[in-house]
Amino acid sequence: MKLYNKSAHELHEMLVGKEISSKELTEAVLVRMDETEDRIHAYITETRDIALRQAVAADERIARGEQISYFEGIPGVIKDNICTKGVKTTCASKMLENFVPPYDATVMKRLETVRPVILGKANMDEFAMGGSTENSAFYPTRNPWNVECVPGGSSGGSAAAVAAGSAIWALGSDTGGSIRQPASFCGVVGMKPTYGRVSRYGLVAFASSLDQIGPVTRDVTDCAHLLQAITGHDEQDSTSSASEVPDFTKSLVQDVKGLKIGIPKEFFVKGMDAEVEQAVRQAIDKLQALGAEIQEISLPHTEYAISVYYLIAPAEAATNLERYDGVSYGARVDGADVVEMMTKTRSEKFGEEVKRRILIGNYALSAGYYDAYYLKALKVRRLIKEDYDKAFEKVDVIVTPTAPTPAYRIGAMTNDPLKMYLQDIYTVPLNLAGLPGISVPCGYSREKLPIGLQIIGKPLDEATVLRTAYTYEQSQEFYKDMAETEAQA
Amino acid sequence: MAKVTQQDLDMVAVLSRLEVVEQDKEKYLGQLDAFLQYVDNLAALPTDEVEPLAHVLPINNVFREDTVRPSLNREMALSNAPLQEDGYFKVPKILED
Repeated sequence: MKLYNKSAHELHEMLVGKEISSKELTEAVLVRMDETEDRIHAYITETRDIALRQAVAADERIARGEQISYFEGIPGVIKDNICTKGVKTTCASKMLENFVPPYDATVMKRLETVRPVILGKANMDEFAMGGSTENSAFYPTRNPWNVECVPGGSSGGSAAAVAAGSAIWALGSDTGGSIRQPASFCGVVGMKPTYGRVSRYGLVAFASSLDQIGPVTRDVTDCAHLLQAITGHDEQDSTSSASEVPDFTKSLVQDVKGLKIGIPKEFFVKGMDAEVEQAVRQAIDKLQALGAEIQEISLPHTEYAISVYYLIAPAEAATNLERYDGVSYGARVDGADVVEMMTKTRSEKFGEEVKRRILIGNYALSAGYYDAYYLKALKVRRLIKEDYDKAFEKVDVIVTPTAPTPAYRIGAMTNDPLKMYLQDIYTVPLNLAGLPGISVPCGYSREKLPIGLQIIGKPLDEATVLRTAYTYEQSQEFYKDMAETEAQA
Repeated sequence: MAKVTQQDLDMVAVLSRLEVVEQDKEKYLGQLDAFLQYVDNLAALPTDEVEPLAHVLPINNVFREDTVRPSLNREMALSNAPLQEDGYFKVPKILED
């Protein structure tokens, strides 16, 4: 098996056993990038020199007999909305096309302590707004399983790189499903931690009450380790959780005996994609066969989740994106006075979807509409959260599809934003309620496009989510599959 | 009936410091209207007794000691400025002479 197709834990063992060097591994992944990037476009910025330096440094530590950490010397990619000191962070926007952060996000500082190899910055929907990576201002990313299809989004570059072998692991961010849905579309593992688990300091803000950084990996084992590396309290993020961080690797045991799993009836409705339903129901049956107790639950306010999310997220985005005014950083387009300069800068440098969401957000926040839209959405947000609170009195985890369909064709939804928004029905409730969730591969469509299983946990209970995901994963072979993206001639 | 008018769109564009060009107006109006029709499903839900939920954490203000700590120096803070002069951000004239 090619080096670039292996999981981080296999590669870690090989590094420790001196079967390979980090330089060898990094070069193999860089060659894979050369083979695939012309068609996949997972990257915005490649940092090959940095990567090779980090690889050589890892090899030196191994040669000196030092004990190396799990991700040490193992190459990965960072979503391009996470600030990397000295390395361009564009958010896939013309607005930040030349932005070089003068500081590192907290997750980068945390990663630094485990000394991985950083290959570059991953493509995404502009400012993380979208579900297909078609909203990148530079180019769309394509799905390694079928380059005619989208990889999902907004962390489409992160998921596509891990699926194609042009990165072993990735960081993404998830505001309404932006880690889990691309993981589902690309057949990899993606996790959104509990709101507050991972510091948002240095994550370019989209919707601050919903955003959360998380891992994208080949399997659940790597996911648990990467989550461990980035998790913890940070006083630079006032919403950062001070709760104790458990040892997530203790969750890597095959045991769901007696685990109570809830299946929300509102998530399995007439007209849902038959292949998705079949794959997810088979996964639920498997968990039952492994000893879990399955029970139907109700989350009665599910039908309002899209409305609530698409009022709150744009309202927060409209406010957060006020900072792009052509003054202190980012692009500027000249104008006769300050207002004209700001208006021209924003009109020319924001893409269409970003502008649409700013308009929606400011509309929902404006005098006369605030109560009917924004405030109403906040109230229903509480009802949605209470649905989950009640459900979790009876069950330990909730299992659903990650996305209503497998990956769709590029361009299939670009003319109908509302249709695109409705795709997020299974993922946005977790962000609204602040809950942890993971997507793990659970099958394929007839076209051999991956389908993802979403496992939702109680607040701060990533441990049970990971244990459920690991137990299911190990009962299947899906995690061993890699997209067969052919090398170009 | 349309929920959003041309005037609404113009008003919100000004608030957003965005210019919606003439040929895009109809498209944006249609999309905004379809969106508002959709989110109208919230209107029928009784919520008089429900407290709004702005974020999920049981925290309010987070305080720390007010002490001087390292921060970005001026050069770094200005390193991404579109235009700067004498250590300041430079912008077009705001006040009349």
